[in-house]
Amino acid sequence: MAAGRGVAAEACVGQVVLPGDVLLLPTQPDEDGERLRLGASAAPRGRLLCGPGLRRCAAGLLVTKCGLLRHRQAGGGAAAGGAYWVDSQQKRYVPVKGDHVIGIVTAKAGDVFKLDVGGSEQASLSYLAFEGATKRNRPNVQVVGDIIYGQFLVANKDMEPEMVCIDSSGRSSGMGLIGQDGFLFKVSLGLIRKLLAPKCEIIQELSQLYPFELVLGMNGRIWVKAKTVQQTLIIVNILEACEYMTAEQRKQALAKLSGN
Amino acid sequence: FMQRGLDSQTKKQLEEEEKKIISEEHWYLDLPDLKEKESFIIEERSFMPCEDLLYGRMSFKGFNPEIEKLMIQMNSRCKEEEIEVDDKMEADVSDEEMARRYETLVGTIGKKFLRKRDQRVLQDEDEDGNSNTRPSKKAKKKFLKPQD
Repeated sequence: MAAGRGVAAEACVGQVVLPGDVLLLPTQPDEDGERLRLGASAAPRGRLLCGPGLRRCAAGLLVTKCGLLRHRQAGGGAAAGGAYWVDSQQKRYVPVKGDHVIGIVTAKAGDVFKLDVGGSEQASLSYLAFEGATKRNRPNVQVVGDIIYGQFLVANKDMEPEMVCIDSSGRSSGMGLIGQDGFLFKVSLGLIRKLLAPKCEIIQELSQLYPFELVLGMNGRIWVKAKTVQQTLIIVNILEACEYMTAEQRKQALAKLSGN
Repeated sequence: FMQRGLDSQTKKQLEEEEKKIISEEHWYLDLPDLKEKESFIIEERSFMPCEDLLYGRMSFKGFNPEIEKLMIQMNSRCKEEEIEVDDKMEADVSDEEMARRYETLVGTIGKKFLRKRDQRVLQDEDEDGNSNTRPSKKAKKKFLKPQD
């Protein structure tokens, strides 16, 4: 077999990994021993999150996408356990449960809207899945290409994806129909993740320019609205171009704009 | 009328017979329970928990105030520790003002419950106080008038 032995996962963090690589987790045998001794201990010391691009296999983790291996240390109040994932780049979106996406309404079939999400199938959205919607009080969604921001309730390879515009407690929390005007465009998925990172310089620098509103969908779609058409187009152009610009080039471009 | 009752009884009998049949034929697994390996690796296909991504709707410089409030709410869910520290935020009224107001408040409400004799005493005191301050006020006014 060409697979050979696996490599320790910790050694590969930040390096390029290819599909078929096996990553070993060094602490596995120790965990088994400790479990026998400690019995039913609730401390999830070894709990590991195996993120996108990785799969569980007998030895450890199997890489399924090519990209850079990322690692987040265990610790922190909310999240327990470290996480490994592969930071890969792609343009095509695959629906994932829990992702917030922007969908375009294409058809209405009975009580269900069909949304184009950029995946292989159209997602369905029930008209009761909006905040405050009842059978008599229908949401004001028209079929002619309305834009909706929602999250996936069901998304796997065997079923048609389903979306909802309310969260688990019944509130809309910003989801639903996105208003009039504005500009919708598509970028790659890696850029969206970069923009949604906790401290994103691009967004911080843009927010200094002029007031605007931004909706980022995990399916690669961005909707921008500013006061004038020109400002909107400027923001669109910056967001599209900043994927391939270095930080200095971006600052130069923004300096020109703020000067003008 | 009575037939419906009979039918229900026969239905019950039929159900009981069916249940007996089912319990005899009920299949059960002969295999021993497979020891589930306590897999502590959780597979996850979404990027959200890995990278702690922010909420997708954003608004800047007051373009959409509702969304700006939402941004604070959503992003504070991730960082709840910071909020606990900032519980002692600026109060609407400062402590000193509160003390001043409270002082005068106690006096005015206290007057309400005084007896008549005590109220007269208070009035005399006020008048004396006013008469004392009046010449000084007039003196002050005279002092302020020339503005060359």
